[in-house]
Amino acid sequence: MMLTKILFRNAFHNKLRSSLTILGIAVAILAFGLLRTVVSSFYAGVEAASASRLVTRNAISIIFPLPIAYTEKIRQVEGVKLVSYGNWFGGVYIDEKNFFPNFCIEPHSYFALYPEFVLNDAQKKAFLTDRKGAVAGRKLAAKYGWRIGDTITLKGTIYPGNWDFVLRAIYKGRDNTIDETQFFFHWAYLNEGIKKIWPRYAEQVGFFMIGVNRPDVAADTAVMIDQRFKNSLAETLTETEKAFNLGFLAMAEAIVTAIQMVSFVVIFIILAVVANTMAMTTRERTGDYAILKTLGFGAKDITILIFGEALVITLTGAAIGMVLTFPTSRIFGSQLATYFPVFLVSTETIYMDIAAAFCIAFFAAIIPTRHAIRIRIADGLRRIG
Amino acid sequence: MVPVLYDITFDIAEGEFLALMGPSGSGKTTLLNLIAGIDKADKGSIHVGDVDITTLSETELAAWRANSVGFIFQFYNLIPVLRAVENVELPLHLTTLSTRSRREHAERALAMVGLDHRMDHYPGEMSGGEQQRVAIARAIVTDPTILVADEPTGDLDRVSAEEILSMMERLNRDMGKTIIMVTHDPRAAARAGVLRHLDKGYLNDDAHQNPL
Repeated sequence: MMLTKILFRNAFHNKLRSSLTILGIAVAILAFGLLRTVVSSFYAGVEAASASRLVTRNAISIIFPLPIAYTEKIRQVEGVKLVSYGNWFGGVYIDEKNFFPNFCIEPHSYFALYPEFVLNDAQKKAFLTDRKGAVAGRKLAAKYGWRIGDTITLKGTIYPGNWDFVLRAIYKGRDNTIDETQFFFHWAYLNEGIKKIWPRYAEQVGFFMIGVNRPDVAADTAVMIDQRFKNSLAETLTETEKAFNLGFLAMAEAIVTAIQMVSFVVIFIILAVVANTMAMTTRERTGDYAILKTLGFGAKDITILIFGEALVITLTGAAIGMVLTFPTSRIFGSQLATYFPVFLVSTETIYMDIAAAFCIAFFAAIIPTRHAIRIRIADGLRRIG
Repeated sequence: MVPVLYDITFDIAEGEFLALMGPSGSGKTTLLNLIAGIDKADKGSIHVGDVDITTLSETELAAWRANSVGFIFQFYNLIPVLRAVENVELPLHLTTLSTRSRREHAERALAMVGLDHRMDHYPGEMSGGEQQRVAIARAIVTDPTILVADEPTGDLDRVSAEEILSMMERLNRDMGKTIIMVTHDPRAAARAGVLRHLDKGYLNDDAHQNPL
């Protein structure tokens, strides 16, 4: 009890130094938390992927299309429950800086496959019956101030020309891990347009989304689908939605790795700062530790004092940093919603913050503790006066 | 390694108030540290009562110090973040006393040195004399057999020094504490019953009743 009292009072004895160290730790933990959240947001699509969905694309590359006629053949494969399809549209709103994901889809089956996109029944009906109709995510609509009934014009970057849509529905995510910045419209509408400008590219899709009856045999179903189109002009590659999303992520792997490395460098820097603080503190208290040893306190007690002090300082800074991570990430997420539609501080990030704080305290206290324990009492007492 | 003490053999009787005098570098503090078990001799033995403290391990020596020796230093050596009563209570945390008993013992010890009104003050809020009295209270709170004092008046003004020395005299006379005091102040040495001189690591053989 007395040792606890001493270590708490020691931790805040030099107020300026303790405050600056705590501030440094708070900033480092905040930076670490934000960087880890950036990494998590890269994987948000992977996390949101369903085990009961497969994605079929052209085996050569995603940029090559597949015939729409494959729909029925895929539907006949054992284990397939539902088939939908779509294309990446890649349109921009007014200006190229207004980027958001936009797809043309087969609407009935697509929203049946994605129950996580929650649509109002009346709006959904209006969307399904209007070929020029479109659905936007709640955040996307809010960002541009769109309302139901508004005409939205996207400028095609792949498919030339201006494409007009009428906003018929706004979807909400089932929970806060669902991307609410996407834009969907009817595949048939795009197909009609393509028939006029590039007739030979009509009746083709970029991908098939497939719902399976049993997620545990999804891999077998994928193999059967690909076998069905073996040696055809457009062979397919079918994989789980998770694997498909991970494949996209692999393109940005270097960036994700760099961010992860920077996050650990931040922790290493603050470790050096805290270690320096603890070294200075312990050197100043060499006399105190010598007195305690003189009175009969042992190495264990000295260890508790130094590790405890490091823990108090580090955990105080870490707690402040963790608390600040939440509002800061909200601001960060709203400013960068285009790039990170789901920007949430995960539980894993908080656990990593706590683990980082403990590691900092532990490693920062090792050398000062060793020094304080090893120094002879007589030498320690000589430091006083 | 530089030798500090040579061929020293002497006895201190129970209840004696011994002053060790000598010039700087004569080995007074080293000898005191050896007797108090906070330093180890390269050879020879030191018996305190029935215990040869040179044979004790670090842990055993720490336990022996906690039970048998009270320390008074020139610079008081109080823990700056603890209040006076907490400083006095500190050695009692190594005993089996209850929280309440510890506090009662500490308050009693502070009352004995006349500081019951300064219990809740931090060392930085007290004068040198008062801090040294707190240090004495800490030294006697465990009721040790021996008190070792290293230049206990070295950092004090004359009035405070006299108070501290009178207090040590009382502890020796009234409570029967064996006191070993290192000093090079003749006025402090005059309060001791027995005087010994160290010079360049050698102890003068002629222990005598203090003529001062």
